[in-house]
Amino acid sequence: MDGTALNQPWWIDLLKAAVVINVFLGVVAYATLIERKLLGRMQLRYGPNRAGPFGLLQPIADLVKMVRKEAFAPAAAADLLYIVSPLVAAFTALTSFALIPWGPVWSIGGYDVTGWVADVPIGLILLFALGSLGIYGFIVGGWASGSKYSLLGTMRTCAQMVSYEVSLALSVLGVVLMAGSLSLVDIAVRQQETVWFAGPQFIGFLVFFVAGVAETNRAPFDLPEAESELVAGYLTEYSGMRWGLFQLAEYANVVMLSGLTVTLFFGGWGGPGLPGPIWFAIKLACVLFVMIWIRATLPRLRYDQLMRFGWKVLLPVATLNALVTAILVVAV
Amino acid sequence: MTGRSAAAGVEFPATGAARVRRVSVGEPVYRGTRIPSPIPTILQVPEEIAAAGDVLTVNFGPNHPSTHGVLRLVVDLDGERVVGIRAVIGYLHTGFEKSMESKSYWKAITYPARMDYLCFQQNELLFVMAIERLLETEPPPKAIWMRTLLAELTRIHSHLVWLGTTGLELGAISMFWYCFRERDQILDLMEMVTGVRMHTRYFQAGGLAEDIPPGFAAECRKLIEVMPGRIGEYEALFDRNPIFLERTKGVGLLSAEDAIALGQSGPMLRASGVDWDLRRDQPYLAYPELDFDVPVYPECDVYARYRVHMDEMRQSVRMIEQCLDGMPDGPWIVNDRKFVLPPRDELHTSMESLIHHFKLVSEGYRVPEGEVYETIESARGELGCYLVSDGGPRPWRVHFRAPSFVALQAIAACLTDSLIADMIAIAASLDPVMGDVDR
Repeated sequence: MDGTALNQPWWIDLLKAAVVINVFLGVVAYATLIERKLLGRMQLRYGPNRAGPFGLLQPIADLVKMVRKEAFAPAAAADLLYIVSPLVAAFTALTSFALIPWGPVWSIGGYDVTGWVADVPIGLILLFALGSLGIYGFIVGGWASGSKYSLLGTMRTCAQMVSYEVSLALSVLGVVLMAGSLSLVDIAVRQQETVWFAGPQFIGFLVFFVAGVAETNRAPFDLPEAESELVAGYLTEYSGMRWGLFQLAEYANVVMLSGLTVTLFFGGWGGPGLPGPIWFAIKLACVLFVMIWIRATLPRLRYDQLMRFGWKVLLPVATLNALVTAILVVAV
Repeated sequence: MTGRSAAAGVEFPATGAARVRRVSVGEPVYRGTRIPSPIPTILQVPEEIAAAGDVLTVNFGPNHPSTHGVLRLVVDLDGERVVGIRAVIGYLHTGFEKSMESKSYWKAITYPARMDYLCFQQNELLFVMAIERLLETEPPPKAIWMRTLLAELTRIHSHLVWLGTTGLELGAISMFWYCFRERDQILDLMEMVTGVRMHTRYFQAGGLAEDIPPGFAAECRKLIEVMPGRIGEYEALFDRNPIFLERTKGVGLLSAEDAIALGQSGPMLRASGVDWDLRRDQPYLAYPELDFDVPVYPECDVYARYRVHMDEMRQSVRMIEQCLDGMPDGPWIVNDRKFVLPPRDELHTSMESLIHHFKLVSEGYRVPEGEVYETIESARGELGCYLVSDGGPRPWRVHFRAPSFVALQAIAACLTDSLIADMIAIAASLDPVMGDVDR
């Protein structure tokens, strides 16, 4: 935000952080339910509908099941790394939510309450850094499992994440140039003042979305855990809540990426009539729906095709997009 | 689509000499053979790769999400590349053939359906046809036409399962459920006719076990009406999908010569450009009177096999329609009390019938001494049954030529220069049913 100091004491931040983490955990949990429900409907079946009305208690039932399950570890697993990896993955995924803005600044009782937990001047870079750290969880976890399937999954994760992160970062360069800031709040505000960047940055948006889907291991880029090839990839040897944490990290990443898409390309919380958080939720749901839809429709890419697509299609397009945007921004 | 309609006048020796004609449409992907002789059914790791010491040996199966049934593939990987493969079978060996030798013909009919549990009625049909050949009897026309109809329904059933599971292997998960919608419709039809959804035991030496129930034709026509549209939907999902095309085109190549050398048949052979279909080239049942095309694709890859399966489903729908239209009236089983149960109401009035009934149910019927090899075109290719009778009520020896088993031995030949994902796609395209492979 601009230079005006916000009257926001530290305890409000703390309170907000507690609320945000819980709300987003709920969103992540219910994202799994929505995905299963929608996939079910798209595949001529009902999806979960046993636990609670309309299956609404399914995520809670899943959680109880995972916590109560014995967490087996293979004898060949490297103890410490094997246990720490899911924690790393889940921690970084959840931390990212602090940076996503979901509402404007409200004045409540003389205090300024911001619709975000932290507005860092280099928010976007921090987000990517956290994402890169989170990947270590997947890579190390697969390696530490001491299983061949996990190892193969890890190999794929390494290659895929590294290749697609480059395109992901390059694709948002256009947005950064147009907004003139790396802060996510500034980018969202800037869009509300002008236009949603999905318009002028349409190519950047496409590249970002495709690379993002790949980055979150979603179909058709779900090679690291391709069940028909590698059983479950790096997840193969995990069970119980360790598996649950990995799963949580994945869905948290999916929700985070959807939130980031909304913030970078669809004006964040901006919209007429309804309050900011509601608009944010609506847009988030739309992006999530598209991701689930893609999963129901597309087959999986092959390893070499994935690499070729990442390096020979996405990367040049993203670079070109950034270049053209830079020239236009400077010229206009 | 290439191929020609089955002319009623095509004459072939009943034994089915292996006269294979090559079609000249399109260019084959490669000429000649690339398989060294003797043909290996395993792929050895090349020495220079083995010497580097980076080969990872992984077991795919017998319990693995991708395997069809309990196929075990011992795969040597160099990174993502498959450099060696061995298919290990036998995890579903059930001893069907041996068991059949200790059952009367009467009871043994239940076994073949359980071998290839995806085209159950064709297996059943084949065994019954072999018995009939030894008994030197000919079922009445109504039974012949109904058998043809059910055989084609089973082919669609089998191909639908193939399409669904292949989609699953390639990551297109929704296809599985779409295909199982129509599969369920077919199983409903089976239930209507036979009372059982799978493993029906509806065919009987001499005809059918029961008359066709009233209303069957109407129900069957409902399926025929929706089927072409549904096949079109599936093609739209796959054929217009660049990822699917990239995953299947040029993958798992097997030239016509190699396919013949490896004894391939059915969709595998026709996808390699060999125009050979027993339904047309060695006609049986009512096929000479039906008008249908044999799809042949010369591309030799997984995509060609997919195309053959899709086109065959369309042709089967055509054939079922013709069967419904041309279904003759009359008895559904021959009136020969030596191997056909007498009607129930006769048992109360006729001593003769009661004796026949008792003999048939307790001992079974005796089949004249002799041996016979009968073949039909099942959904997976040439399905053969070798049956030897010593004149008693039980078969002396039964052996099945399983097309799945033969298809599986092509896996090493198809797999040159492939990645893990290709291996899964190729294994799926071979369409092995482990019950059929191991028996």
